[in-house]
Amino acid sequence: MDLSRRDLFKIGGKLLVLASAGATLEEILGAAPPSEAYRRADHWWGMIIDIDKCIGCGSCVRACAQENHVPEGYFRTWVERYQVEEGKQPLVDSPKGAMNGFPPLQRQDVKSFFVPKLCNQCASSPCVQVCPVGATFVSPDGVVLVDETYCLGCRYCVQACPYGCRYLHPEKQTVDKCTLCYHRITKGLTTACCENCPTGARQLVDFKDPKDPVHEFLRNNKVEVLKPYMATGAKVYYKDLDGAVR
Amino acid sequence: MSRFFRDAAHLIRPALVLLAGAGLFLVIREVVVPKDFGKYGHYRAGALDMISARPIAYAGQSQCVLCHDAEAKAHEGGKHASVHCEACHGPLAKHADDPTANRPKLPDVANLCWRCHEKDAAKPKGFPQVDTVAHSQGMLCNTCHQPHSPQL
Repeated sequence: MDLSRRDLFKIGGKLLVLASAGATLEEILGAAPPSEAYRRADHWWGMIIDIDKCIGCGSCVRACAQENHVPEGYFRTWVERYQVEEGKQPLVDSPKGAMNGFPPLQRQDVKSFFVPKLCNQCASSPCVQVCPVGATFVSPDGVVLVDETYCLGCRYCVQACPYGCRYLHPEKQTVDKCTLCYHRITKGLTTACCENCPTGARQLVDFKDPKDPVHEFLRNNKVEVLKPYMATGAKVYYKDLDGAVR
Repeated sequence: MSRFFRDAAHLIRPALVLLAGAGLFLVIREVVVPKDFGKYGHYRAGALDMISARPIAYAGQSQCVLCHDAEAKAHEGGKHASVHCEACHGPLAKHADDPTANRPKLPDVANLCWRCHEKDAAKPKGFPQVDTVAHSQGMLCNTCHQPHSPQL
């Protein structure tokens, strides 16, 4: 068979066009069509917490434990009570993560308040960076998740999290953490903790939704994330956060 | 040529071993790494659907009010309007799926109201609080107060 240089280019060109057309077609048809209305690319989840509304009832902690089968003694969310006295180290208590609320505090001479804590759903999370196997990751909609089937249980991420939000599940022996109720928010529900917060102190927000009240909230209030100097890109914003909170 | 092979045999043999090793590595990698690994990032894309598929425990207030008209009406506009049903009644997604088979228990009032309303210096100043022991001497709160729409 005699092939000139020109013929060779012609055939090559045709093959190239065919291949790219095939690839595009596969991209259009082959990619799984969205099974439901939820499109991950349209969301970027986070939370806003109004410290002045938190009453330390522990409803969020109980709801989280029930919703996510959190083992006893471990917490995906918990509430801390701060007692800040001038010139002293702040006193922090959180009996059983506030699962049963708090014993009443009588002291009026110190500044005291409640701070609900949970995974900050960091956009550039230290826990994700240290995972050696790709078991923990930031989802396309901005939630830090753990793939149970992939986790080795090495606990690097537990050490890496500056907020202490991770633990090794005592039965599964894999790392467990707040999923921002990913199984709920992808179905159009709010998280269990937000659903059950009686004062609306915590609110699930979607930064990509232009109609979400978060935009007004961030514009009208003085907010801060926990440990901003860690540059984790935390997406849980606290209103009126005291400097004593770590 | 044959002389070249004879002289370079000590190089060719380890090279073949290396090649075989690399090939084996590629084959094992192909078999072991899930197909959807790396679709969105350095993780298994299937994990997203796996986590999404977990069952829910709390149905959400929007489900409760579909049937419980009277309670919903008493509740909305009252002082407890921001307290969703399941915050006191517990997780009831199963009840919402099959109301007759999964009948909920009434809330444990003795261990419920005080968690929010016990007097505590750390609570926001405007929030209604009482010293429960001095206030009611152990009487249950709902003896006097209507929990769905309480009056002071």
